[in-house]
Amino acid sequence: MFRVIASQMIVPNVHLLTLAAPAVAREAKPGQFVILRAEEEGERIPLSLSDWDADGGWITVVFLNIGATTARLASLTAGIDIPTVVGPLGNATEIENYGTVVCVCGCYGIGSIYTIARALKQKGNRIITIMEARSSYLFYWEDRLAAFSDKIIHITRDGTKGHRGHLARLPEIFRGLEEPVDRVLVNGCTFCMKRTADETRPMGIKTMASLNPIMIDGTGMCGVCRVTVGSVTRFACVHGPDFDAHQVDWEELLQRRKTYMPEEVVPLRTSRCEERHFKSQEKSHE
Amino acid sequence: MSEPVKKQYDLKRREMPKQPPEVRRYNFSEVALGYTPELAIEEAKRCIQCKKPSCIANCPVEIDIPGFLKKVAEGDFVSGIRVLKDKNCLPAVCGRVCPQEEQCEKTCIFHKKGGQIAIGRIERFLADWEAEQRELEMPQIPPRSGRKVAIVGGGPAGLTVAGDLIKLGHEVTVFEALHKMGGVLVYGIPEFRLPKAIVNREVEYLRTLGVELVTDFVVGKTRTIDSVLEEYDAVFVGSGAGLPWFMEIPGENLNGVYSANEYLTRLNLMKGFLFPKYHTPVKAHRKVAVVGGGNVAMDCARSALRLGAESRIIYRRSREELPARLEEVENAEEEGVIFDFLTLPLRYIGDENGWVKAIECQKMELGEPDASGRRKPIPIVGSEVIYPLDAVVCAIGNSPNPLIGSTTPGLKIGKKGNIEADEKTGATSREKVWAGGDVVTGAATVILAMGAGRSAAKSIHEYLRSLSRIPGNGS
Ligand SMILES: Cc1cc2nc3c(=O)[nH]c(=O)nc-3n(C[C@H](O)[C@H](O)[C@H](O)COP(=O)(O)OP(=O)(O)OC[C@H]3O[C@@H](n4cnc5c(N)ncnc54)[C@H](O)[C@@H]3O)c2cc1C
Ligand SMILES: Cc1cc2nc3c(=O)[nH]c(=O)nc-3n(C[C@H](O)[C@H](O)[C@H](O)COP(=O)(O)OP(=O)(O)OC[C@H]3O[C@@H](n4cnc5c(N)ncnc54)[C@H](O)[C@@H]3O)c2cc1C
Ligand code: SF4
Ligand code: SF4
Ligand code: FES
Repeated sequence: MFRVIASQMIVPNVHLLTLAAPAVAREAKPGQFVILRAEEEGERIPLSLSDWDADGGWITVVFLNIGATTARLASLTAGIDIPTVVGPLGNATEIENYGTVVCVCGCYGIGSIYTIARALKQKGNRIITIMEARSSYLFYWEDRLAAFSDKIIHITRDGTKGHRGHLARLPEIFRGLEEPVDRVLVNGCTFCMKRTADETRPMGIKTMASLNPIMIDGTGMCGVCRVTVGSVTRFACVHGPDFDAHQVDWEELLQRRKTYMPEEVVPLRTSRCEERHFKSQEKSHE
Repeated sequence: MSEPVKKQYDLKRREMPKQPPEVRRYNFSEVALGYTPELAIEEAKRCIQCKKPSCIANCPVEIDIPGFLKKVAEGDFVSGIRVLKDKNCLPAVCGRVCPQEEQCEKTCIFHKKGGQIAIGRIERFLADWEAEQRELEMPQIPPRSGRKVAIVGGGPAGLTVAGDLIKLGHEVTVFEALHKMGGVLVYGIPEFRLPKAIVNREVEYLRTLGVELVTDFVVGKTRTIDSVLEEYDAVFVGSGAGLPWFMEIPGENLNGVYSANEYLTRLNLMKGFLFPKYHTPVKAHRKVAVVGGGNVAMDCARSALRLGAESRIIYRRSREELPARLEEVENAEEEGVIFDFLTLPLRYIGDENGWVKAIECQKMELGEPDASGRRKPIPIVGSEVIYPLDAVVCAIGNSPNPLIGSTTPGLKIGKKGNIEADEKTGATSREKVWAGGDVVTGAATVILAMGAGRSAAKSIHEYLRSLSRIPGNGS
């Protein structure tokens, strides 16, 4: 059993959960994830580690309330136990001194990129953080990220903070930087990662994305998490979750993530990125 | 085989009552209902108590088969179960899933005449009878040795080691990656063949004996073996062969193409057949093809049927070469699984939304026997066929997960990813580390995994005792 230490909605529909999981906290590294179950009959779902403390024996996850399991997790309060928290799973993000690194994040990715940005900064990189959201009120952890960023740039679709628009604005944002970018990292919903990859590919900047396919065990046993990267099939849970974003078959990932759409009633959503993407695709089919 | 088989022997194997095929193909309850006490006694009485019983040698754990059959024939079930449990700590499981026709029953003296004693069915009867009577005996546990053993993996191999070592007075902790103990017995083999209540019962028994059971713990990730060894005197690795193989043919990542592990885990471990009460979704497919011919393939095909689909097995050799237990092949046939023998998948064909909609196969013919002694399938040119379907389950095999090997320096790994271990003792190339079961042999059987666990437990016990004999450690 794993006890909830703190639970909070940090911005509309995005929740933070701090859990007592000493064994996970002891081994956690930036870019890894856990699999958890919210209740005995529950599904196993993967969530990235957004923070942890080995001495305190706790971990923090930040998640979007999107379906049955995340809704249940969002309803938990301090003192409640959940049956499964297993990890840390997946490989840690590669942390080297690359020079200037741009961290692109949106939605839950703002939380999950935080420890990565921190580790990169500590390794001597210059960090430029680009946060993306529908509106300014959906930004969180700006202070935390600011502490390890040399620069923070905002993009909002409604223009309430920073650049107005979507990730399509990345090229001009990059052109406006006074220095060349050596590496891009992106965490967030699939569409946000795909779009970032599309924008940085022509610029020829190495871009790493933290993939989020459907998972069950997270240890390489079921194969549901397979993704095609550079025309090779990989299991995201053991070979990833980070992959070269320019090599990922994004259409396949978006498609595979939809497998259970009809079964899983999606009660609440703030980010409708995927929906828009598929609508535009459907149109082009007609 | 010294005894001559005489005519007057009763050669009629007593049938085990089963749910009728037209009923059971719509439910997930156990197919076989088990012997009644009367049937078990009748069947056990057919054993002629050979002086040199040829059955025993072909049981991987060498159960005293005539010994327990005699007790059953006498109606003394309590003594019968004692004989059984002396060698086999999971009789309710083995009686159900052992490939008896290849093991104990194959070398029964009556086999040639088709009247081999139904050893597995009687074994199963005894174990179930014991569980019902609740006359579970608690073994005498010697004083604590003060030695600690960690076990990686809660499958049959690991659980056997745990049971043996706790009974010898050592402290035992089992670390299991999933949220339930039992290994393939809980995530792979379906409820209709092995009810999960039986596995849970055995696991609970170990808990009452004092075994510490830790779930949600991936050794190699949550903690490495080296780190575990700082706290424990020895480690046994029984992590199984859980890495699924795919055919590596076009279209394999289409929606609706599953590994057998995914398909079965959703259903069994996650109880997807009870969706939405249990939250893990399972698709309602209409036409499912399962590629492969082993127990795993049969389990998938029969599960698909129970979920309401038309279900077919696609196998590249012929019926004779099917590696599955005969009983399960027959059950599948009775239930209406379609078999396409001598058929090899070439590619999966997708629809415009990325869902599989058909499979293209090639017909095969059997050529000369290959290294395994089975006749090799050879493609027939121009024989391609296309079957429409909406799901494919790939059940062509599994190999050991590389995680333990890659995180344990000095542990010797074989070509196929298996941990190399001494056949007799389970000792590995690393001091204080033993291994056994599927992780050593590749995908095999429950009873072989248990047998390996038993030998390793013996060897670990000897090692722990040798520690105590070191001067200053007492003895
Ligand atoms: C390595 C990894 C890290 C992730 N980190 C985060 C994170 O930090 N914060 C966050 O909000 N989300 C994260 N996700 C996505 C998250 O796992 C899904 O949002 C979550 O599973 C939804 O579950 P649900 O039951 O609430 O919703 P559902 O209604 O079950 O599903 C909604 C959608 O989520 C996806 N999904 C469903 N089940 C799973 C599953 N078992 N595994 C993965 N995706 C699934 C599907 O696309 C589905 O259509 C991560 C995914 C991966 C693979
Ligand atoms: C669908 C199916 C049907 C089968 N039918 C039959 C049958 O009818 N008869 C028969 O005799 N055999 C059958 N088998 C084979 C049999 O189940 C296996 O040979 C047997 O279970 C092997 O036991 P094991 O203990 O070595 O491994 P497993 O049963 O695989 O158990 C290994 C356990 O270790 C855990 N684990 C793995 N890695 C780690 C780690 N790093 N840290 C912690 N835990 C870990 C796994 O989660 C798993 O629970 C079947 C197999 C399958 C898949
Ligand atoms: S354990 Fe298996 S092989 Fe041995 S007697 Fe029982 S059924 Fe036969
Ligand atoms: S089971 Fe068969 S081989 Fe074994 S003792 Fe009885 S009759 Fe003989
Ligand atoms: S989640 Fe099962 S193999 Fe990756």
